[in-house]
Amino acid sequence: MEAFDLWSMLFVFMLATFVGFQVIQNVSRLLHTPLMSLTNAISAIAVVGSILIAGERESGFTTILGTVAVAASMTNIVSGFLITDRMLKMFREKERGPKVSTAQPQASTGSGRAR
Amino acid sequence: MNEHVIQLSYLIAAALFILSLRWLNHPRTARRGVAAGVAGMTAAIIGTLLAPEIVDYKWIVAALVVGTIAGVPLSWVPLTAVPQRTALSHAFGGLAAGLVGCAKYAMWLDQGQLTTFRTSAIALEVILGFLTFTGSLMAAGKLQEIVPTRPITYRNQNLVNLSLLALAVVSAVYLSITPQYWPAFVAIIVLSLIFGVLLIIPIGGADMPTVISLLNSYAGLSAVAMGFVLGNKLLITAGALDGSSGLILSIIMCRAMNRSFTNVLFGAFGQVQTTAQLGEAKTVKSATSQDVADILTNADRVVIVPGYGMAVAQAQHRVHELYDQLTRRGVDVKFAIHPVAGRMPGHMNVLLAEAEIPYESLVEMDDINPELPQTDVCLVVGANDVVNPAARHDKGSPIFGMPIIDADKAKTIIAIKRSMNPGFAGIENELYYDEKTLMAFGDAKQVLGDVVKAVAGEAAAVH
Repeated sequence: MEAFDLWSMLFVFMLATFVGFQVIQNVSRLLHTPLMSLTNAISAIAVVGSILIAGERESGFTTILGTVAVAASMTNIVSGFLITDRMLKMFREKERGPKVSTAQPQASTGSGRAR
Repeated sequence: MNEHVIQLSYLIAAALFILSLRWLNHPRTARRGVAAGVAGMTAAIIGTLLAPEIVDYKWIVAALVVGTIAGVPLSWVPLTAVPQRTALSHAFGGLAAGLVGCAKYAMWLDQGQLTTFRTSAIALEVILGFLTFTGSLMAAGKLQEIVPTRPITYRNQNLVNLSLLALAVVSAVYLSITPQYWPAFVAIIVLSLIFGVLLIIPIGGADMPTVISLLNSYAGLSAVAMGFVLGNKLLITAGALDGSSGLILSIIMCRAMNRSFTNVLFGAFGQVQTTAQLGEAKTVKSATSQDVADILTNADRVVIVPGYGMAVAQAQHRVHELYDQLTRRGVDVKFAIHPVAGRMPGHMNVLLAEAEIPYESLVEMDDINPELPQTDVCLVVGANDVVNPAARHDKGSPIFGMPIIDADKAKTIIAIKRSMNPGFAGIENELYYDEKTLMAFGDAKQVLGDVVKAVAGEAAAVH
């Protein structure tokens, strides 16, 4: 039974690693900092294991460990997703059209050609 | 029934996590990626809360609340402090993995259910978790400058580190053979905690991008190990995604410095003594803010090379003002981003995006280098080693072979610098002595502020 589990888990690990390599190689280099904070938040999926331990009430000791682990993971989830979104909001495309040129249209073309 | 619902929620979560990373391939779809990640996480947490073995919810709820309260302010840090926050979150991730490993060991020890497979998976989880925990705390301390940022080295350092790790591995092997012998388990914990600290002590500030990426990878792998312990495939999937992401980033960082992993981890870069002494006293040309403004306004193409010094001086908003002034006058302004500029991968891009510079103007090293010979002015703001031509030709230089931004190929180079003190690792930068180079001395924020004023003044004079 256990051997069967081990092999299916190794399969999942192998496939997920390859998927990870493929997907992440395509991530824009512009976004490597948000990438790291996003994967941080995603790997805080450890919260799932922590919740089970905090809720099982096996002993006081394990409940404390589980509770601390849930709090640590939840901190990563909340701060990771929030800061990723905050950073991504800042990436803007070049403004096309009015806003740039309204300031000093004459001066900009004038001085640009006067050289 | 419940079991199926739980597994389904995990399956959905895994798919959403993969989509989340996929959508990060372009800034336009990236925010959708965050939404997918949040949805996946929510599904997984709700699914888990349905598990029949949970008998008591009060501690779970309390911990979720505490985590939320701690997490929200941590997401408000200034963007210059993002590397520290990232390191701190790796530490939390490692801690959670380590603690779950301890709890599982205690439970199974109690119930007499420890097997060789379970114990070895736990040992792996605990080693990775706790070394990531203390290692990342040290890295965060160095980035926050609570801990000395200079590399700390001593004799036989690598020998000490490797023996500690070897001892931990031996204890782990022993424990997996005799799972009931708990002192070996305690030894693993203590050794991993110490090893994490010692691993980071010899690492200097400029190597932080690689080290943070590597710790990212470890944090992911510790989640994978937790998945093996708990038999949870979602943990394995998410951990593997994180692990491969960290590994890819580390490889990119190492390549960008022309160094190997072992060299970063055991090399203590800061130790390298400067061998290339510039013999004769060379002269530099200095320029006033007015000179810089004149040169910039008369250029057609300008490339700005930002470095960590820009972040330290908080000069990114002045850079944006300059960008605005120049583009308004029809000057083509681009930014050349070196992969290791800053303290973590992509750090410069985030700082410049915050300063409202459109991302199309942020150009990677390999794409900008062919354009530099046609560039009128290359403005270096707080970057040093990444524009040092010695990396191309001086075999004696510690940075020989590192890919650089070819600033020296531009028609004119302007470098803003506090003083002539050599930067990191005491490497002289011959770019500053180049005939085409002008030095503008002073605080980057101050100098750029004056330049912006001078450029704006000229614009007014034209009227």
